[in-house]
Amino acid sequence: MRAMLLLGLAGMALATAAAAKDKPKDVPASPPDVVRVGKDPWPSQYKPYPGQATVIRGATIYDGAGRRIDNGMIRLEGGKVAEIGQSVAVPEGAKLIEAQGKYVTAGIIDIHSHLGVYPSPGVQAHSDGNEATSPARPEVWAEHSVWPQDPGFSRALAGGITALHALPGSANLFGGRGVTLKPVYGRSVQEMKFPGAPYSLKMACGENPKRVYGGRNQLPSTRMGNIAYARQLWSDAVAYKRRWDDYTRRAEAGSAKPTDAPRRELALDTLMGVLNGEILVQNHCYRADEMANVISMSREFGYKVTAFHHAVESYKIADMLKAEGICSAMWADWYGFKMESYDGIRENIALVNAAGACAIVHSDDANGIQRLNQEAAKAIAAGRRLGLTITPELAWTWLSLNPAKGLGIGDRTGSLEAGKAADVVLWSAEPFSVYARPTHVWIDGALMYDWGDPKRRPTADFELGQPGAGEVK
Amino acid sequence: MKRVLLTMALAAAPAVAAPIAITGATAHTAVASGRGEEVIRNATIIIDNGRITAIGTGLPVPAGATVIDAKGQPITPGIVAVPSDLGLTEVGGVRETNDGSARSSPYSAALDMAAAINPGSLHFAIYRMAGVTRAAAVPDSGNALFGGQGAVLSLAANGPTVTRPRAFQFVELGEAGARLAGGSRPAAYAQLIDLLDAAKRLAANPAANVGGDDSGSLVKRRDVEALLPVLSGAQALMVHVERAADILEVLKLKTRYPALRPVLVGAREAWLVAGQIARAGVPVITHSLYDLPNDFEGLAASRNNAGHLQAAGVTVAFGPLGGIGGTTPVNLPGYAGNAVGQGNVPGGKGLTKGQALAAITANPARILGLADTGTLEAGKRADLVLWDGDPLELMSAPVAVWIDGAAQPMTSRQTELANRYKALGRTDLPLQYPR
Repeated sequence: MRAMLLLGLAGMALATAAAAKDKPKDVPASPPDVVRVGKDPWPSQYKPYPGQATVIRGATIYDGAGRRIDNGMIRLEGGKVAEIGQSVAVPEGAKLIEAQGKYVTAGIIDIHSHLGVYPSPGVQAHSDGNEATSPARPEVWAEHSVWPQDPGFSRALAGGITALHALPGSANLFGGRGVTLKPVYGRSVQEMKFPGAPYSLKMACGENPKRVYGGRNQLPSTRMGNIAYARQLWSDAVAYKRRWDDYTRRAEAGSAKPTDAPRRELALDTLMGVLNGEILVQNHCYRADEMANVISMSREFGYKVTAFHHAVESYKIADMLKAEGICSAMWADWYGFKMESYDGIRENIALVNAAGACAIVHSDDANGIQRLNQEAAKAIAAGRRLGLTITPELAWTWLSLNPAKGLGIGDRTGSLEAGKAADVVLWSAEPFSVYARPTHVWIDGALMYDWGDPKRRPTADFELGQPGAGEVK
Repeated sequence: MKRVLLTMALAAAPAVAAPIAITGATAHTAVASGRGEEVIRNATIIIDNGRITAIGTGLPVPAGATVIDAKGQPITPGIVAVPSDLGLTEVGGVRETNDGSARSSPYSAALDMAAAINPGSLHFAIYRMAGVTRAAAVPDSGNALFGGQGAVLSLAANGPTVTRPRAFQFVELGEAGARLAGGSRPAAYAQLIDLLDAAKRLAANPAANVGGDDSGSLVKRRDVEALLPVLSGAQALMVHVERAADILEVLKLKTRYPALRPVLVGAREAWLVAGQIARAGVPVITHSLYDLPNDFEGLAASRNNAGHLQAAGVTVAFGPLGGIGGTTPVNLPGYAGNAVGQGNVPGGKGLTKGQALAAITANPARILGLADTGTLEAGKRADLVLWDGDPLELMSAPVAVWIDGAAQPMTSRQTELANRYKALGRTDLPLQYPR
């Protein structure tokens, strides 16, 4: 609960900043001679595409917040969900879609993707996800690696994805900033950025950092080295924040000049953002004991972990994760490919959910992102076999509202509620069936994918004129 | 029913004494439509001495048979996972548990996977619980084109595990083969032909001098010897290849080596040359979910691949191939189900449910040359899976698995972990004590 409040606040603060930044001048409350670290210096230039008022009638709706409406209706208008329920108004001129026997859901949000930073084709020249030149690179931002022409964005869209979080890789303890994108092609990454979404800091524990740097005979080469390195940097970040806080206090009181401002250190800017609650920590971590270590470290330095990613052993500490208000972003069944994934089980997601902790289904894969509904289906089934009760509408929260909260955008998307973004998927069948596919995907009320209309199926620049062009993928 | 099965499993010797009669099953036989009955409702299946002795409706139950009422649930042949690293790799990222490739070995084709198969691997139980009854342990090429000789495995808990050693050979071509051979496709073909021609000379004259015995020799006699059954067609040659042009080059090899039996593995662009593959009578093992231009040899990847190949008359199997995150034999039914779903997409080319089931049972068995495996027909090995729902659906799972007529245990290290941690409350002793 505490976590949800914190996330909500962080999201709202950024939403306000985003609204203000549309105006050319600075935040008026700031005196002109106080130097500040910009919170959003590379703002989104995404603009929703035009939509048409649309009413979908007769479908079964999983709203993403855990509710189900049988034979329901939903109206999309002005880019938002205008009305949802058993019956909604059908305005004149609205497009009416009869969807008896079909399913409507909130759009799927993938909290862990490397689309754009490890695009297709995955040649070395495209390998832009790990700045593995130091265990700590919080100064790098995934968005500066994103190739907006990654064909993976179109595949993700066709799988019902309406927002995704592109993260740096896990070679480093501090991998850099992640960015939330919409799978809507732009000529620049700025045109794909989810407006006002907070940044994240990608962190990693365990085997990857110690293998990458230990292999070079440098710190960290052990798990204790991982923690030692990270603690030193957090300590530096606390001192950096102290310098900025002190300067800001004095400048606002009129006793410090702009030239007294501390020197900007981009790496520490990111960490200071975390300490200030503006940047969310997305922490790659497999083992239960290591997650517990990270929690202790976060307490020591006064920051919060928003989500553990991969988290194949979350089921061992689900009660602790619930108490801490930390989400787990998980696969349905990946296990055994490395030592720290050895104890992965198919019941993980269901057990985390059953403990009352926040469960999220993630992909970490350009192919898997296309079928997160299928991953959730496997997790439901595994949980039921263990005797747990999991309704499909509850499981849909793993795919939409929970990841939205984990990205600090839960106030704007992630569930079908009046006033929230019209990020909506219409499915050909019950979406946990292997035979189901999205037939239509709306993002901010604009129809961005229609399986029956080639003009509503994007093709990345890279794919034009290539073998297989024009074939349904 | 569960108790019956468990008791049987505990008692299971390699052969089961009493016959088994499974009644009231919806039998998905994986027999191709037109060649027999694809689905038999209310089927009775009689199992005796490890074989299916009869299948049909209204069959009499033999005296003394253990009767299992399937209550209308689906029953299918056991799943055949090709290729896999089962028994070769315990933890992918832990090198010492990994016998699938040998980067520093002077040998290549001669490497015999049977020597490495570890029936104690925990993956056997995990895959078996998911309905996998047979697998092919396939090597990766380490430092040369040929990876070595793969083995056919049974997943039966009580063994025997290696049912056919040296069942096929594996070779890497395309981009990866080019890299292994020194940097180009022509370099790969030079190496390939060097070895196969040496095998030709050795076949003609067992006394022929076909290879050096120092580590720097281009050709090792042992590798050449290992290629004799490939040359004669006694062993299939699994060829990893993706690009349409690379596939056509492989098909051409049959003019130089007429008895060669290539199996295309990967084959993401196969649909572009489906007709040629069909005419050559070459089967394909692919993944139903390839749809991204991951690399320049797979630019045309499409989930329509299998549908086009099937329509052209190619024998298609789905394997838990790489390039799909988390790929595993456990999910083969879901991969097959996705190929059915693809047919519903406008412009999509999919498989029927029967074809999709065959692509993970009958077809991989046929590709491995297992004539008595992969379908529910009288005379076949009694490898069966009883499901709690549509076998291709994500939420379905096996409730019982038989291999060679023996009921299999339905637990694994994973189920033990789940049971240990399903209640986290503090008790008198830590969770690591038996409860």
